[in-house]
Amino acid sequence: MNEQQQTLWDFMQQQSDKLATQTLQHIGLTFVSLFIAVLIGLPLGILISRRQKLSGPVLGVAGILQTIPSIALLGFMIPVLGIGAKPAIAALLLYALLPIIRNTYTGITGVDAAVKEAAVAMGMSKWQVLFKVELPLAMPVIFAGIRTATVITVGVATLASYIAAGGLGEFIFGGISLNNTNMILAGAIPAALLAILFDFLLSRLQKLNLKKVKTAATAMPFVLILLSSFYLLPSAYGSKLKAGFTPEFMGRQDGNLGLQSKYGLNIRTVVISDAVMYKAAYEKQLDVISGYSTDGRLKAYDLVVLDDDKKIFPPYYAAPIVRENSLKKFALLEKILNLLAEKINDSTMTALNYKTDYLHQSPERVAKDFLVANKLWKPARNGNNGIVRIGSKIFGEQYILASIYSMLIKGYSDYDVVTKTGLGGTKICFDALTNDQIDFYPEYTGTGLLAILQPSPKTIDSLTHSKEATYNYVQKEFEKKYNIKWLKPVGFNNAYALMMRKKQAKDLNIKTISNLKRYLEIK
Amino acid sequence: MIKVEKLSKHFGKIKAVNGISFEVKEHENLILLGTSGCGKTTTLKMINRLIEPSGGDIFIGGKNIFEQQPEVLRRGIGYVLQNNGLFPHYTVAQNIAVVPQLLKWDKKRTEKRVSELLEKLHLSTDYLNAYPNELSGGQQQRIGLARALVADPPVLLMDEPFGALDNVTRSKIHAEFKALDELKRKTIIMVTHDVQEAFELGDRICLMDKGKIVQEGTPTELLFNPENRFVKSFLQEQRLQLEFKTIRMYDIWKWLPTQPPKGGAGLAADTSFWSGLEYFKFEAAETINISHKESHEIRSASFEQLMSAFYQYKKQLAHE
Repeated sequence: MNEQQQTLWDFMQQQSDKLATQTLQHIGLTFVSLFIAVLIGLPLGILISRRQKLSGPVLGVAGILQTIPSIALLGFMIPVLGIGAKPAIAALLLYALLPIIRNTYTGITGVDAAVKEAAVAMGMSKWQVLFKVELPLAMPVIFAGIRTATVITVGVATLASYIAAGGLGEFIFGGISLNNTNMILAGAIPAALLAILFDFLLSRLQKLNLKKVKTAATAMPFVLILLSSFYLLPSAYGSKLKAGFTPEFMGRQDGNLGLQSKYGLNIRTVVISDAVMYKAAYEKQLDVISGYSTDGRLKAYDLVVLDDDKKIFPPYYAAPIVRENSLKKFALLEKILNLLAEKINDSTMTALNYKTDYLHQSPERVAKDFLVANKLWKPARNGNNGIVRIGSKIFGEQYILASIYSMLIKGYSDYDVVTKTGLGGTKICFDALTNDQIDFYPEYTGTGLLAILQPSPKTIDSLTHSKEATYNYVQKEFEKKYNIKWLKPVGFNNAYALMMRKKQAKDLNIKTISNLKRYLEIK
Repeated sequence: MIKVEKLSKHFGKIKAVNGISFEVKEHENLILLGTSGCGKTTTLKMINRLIEPSGGDIFIGGKNIFEQQPEVLRRGIGYVLQNNGLFPHYTVAQNIAVVPQLLKWDKKRTEKRVSELLEKLHLSTDYLNAYPNELSGGQQQRIGLARALVADPPVLLMDEPFGALDNVTRSKIHAEFKALDELKRKTIIMVTHDVQEAFELGDRICLMDKGKIVQEGTPTELLFNPENRFVKSFLQEQRLQLEFKTIRMYDIWKWLPTQPPKGGAGLAADTSFWSGLEYFKFEAAETINISHKESHEIRSASFEQLMSAFYQYKKQLAHE
């Protein structure tokens, strides 16, 4: 335990620059959104307390916004507002709206009718009633709403890193992808502390003597603006092209770190989710992205892979990795899974991915079509001789592979199958496997080497030039360390790759990563 | 002072107030009496325009109130609510000073007036910085009254002002209310459903039912000359007590025995018959002495003689 804390502390010290930037971004993002939400929500709450007929529709719409999953809401924002701060702030403020509007409305309508009547009868104007009586009396309820909104916003703001808006989510999601607990905690703990801290500070503000509320209320906008400005501080330096890398890519030796150390590539970078990255490149929000070489969107969005002329991206050959215990339990399993060995090459996989990602065919349909075309398909036997649990990571290719395996197992054996698809990143998938939550999932040799085994840089250097060497190494080590067996590779190599728009790459005459570096260095 | 003409208020199809007219003279205390839903509160709230009427006119001091800005009108009319309606976030001093603040009085003038009122209402200045929820119901109601009186408006509207108080506190405040010199200079319209209160505090009473005035007159008129059966039955339950309280010693003077006064303290002839009875009860006196202010005559009566005078007075009223 002590050792664990030590290393977390080390990590945080080591990354203190990044941590500070991300924390400031997080605070800034939270308060810009909150500030705008208050600016919109408070008057709206007052308005619907005046015109009760509007209260139903307004609260209804705000309620519906609240129920949209945050990642989906961020996704909706991209076509309208692009990537980066704007859509993130817009999405966050929509989440913060409901508690603010509702509490303002409830607070004001909750003011004792006799008190309101007295205020009017004393000869106060509408505005005087509002500012002297209704708002001060509703203030505790309104404040409670702002507190709720703050906590929600701090939490949801972690997702902003998916669309290149920064914040502590970069560490959290990077850590999940990289199987790096310290990195996750370095993002999660400050985020949780921020939520607690802001809630506490607002509660103090709320408890201030009623007389001081006025001062507090006037000070509040300034505090909010000050905190908001944190967000604008970073993002000072720039370059000709803008890159968008996934959180995973950012922290990997065979990712951004390697690009910097081996190529000396220095490019303005934002962190972004791979779910929106390709589209952002297509829409010219980004120029260079870190994609996967078999991704269907490569074809869909007319992107081109830059040649890795210094070979920093290790081979990522896909193969199912299975618990030894499961292989014993399901005697036929190994044979069935190996049916797929060497059946899918790079271009086949890209085409399959294209069908799901771009033509929006279901992974099941794509899987069946593929099996039928390769004469591997057999109708399901609907057996009940035990249940095989298949896992998959949260992207299209894994869904397809999981579907193919599921159909093969059902067709060639009496086992039943459950699929647990969409297990976040490598860490979540691999933890599920080692904790006996799933029996197998498709993994990549490079990921097994760099994200799970994490050997010394020397070992990595000696292995990553060769497909076989990498495969043999991970097979041996997984067997030894985790009792997990690598079956035969499926055939394709889904390696990391830098991509650009075809047209831009052609115009700038960039074919390799070294070309890119040279272009960036020309003043 | 206040003139209401053909005033109506319709809520949809319901005629809450149906074309009523009445007048209140200066320094008079008019009671709007009736059961819940009779339209008395609606009528009151139309006078300071908390409710806008569907038709009719109201004049205060000869000026049509609908030609004035509502806020300005209201600052010139005191208003006391049943549940006091004090601002919970204001101290007692701030609560009382609401109207002066709206009228932009200077600080000294406000402070002076506030402490003056507190004294008149028998409230300690220690309460100035207290918040309403720290006070008793009776004290809160007094603060509510002070708030209405602070700018010395000529007109005072009171909506069931003592309705939320317990009986003991209420009779105490009734006594203070009658004794308060500030109120004697006001034209007051008070709404109540409490017949006793109406008779005790009102110079005149408007008995209302279903949005209309059934009878308007002094307590004595309502009691002894009811316009119709409604008025009679409305007062029936408490008739005896009301009669005792309404009749003054003056009224029965001529039936009192002319024998010379015996020992013991006396009462003035303008006290109520009720007070005379109380005197027998609480002082355990054999007879009481009653002094007539104008003629300087003093008459003395035993309990039986007093009661006999009362019945003779009633008999005479019945023959009129």
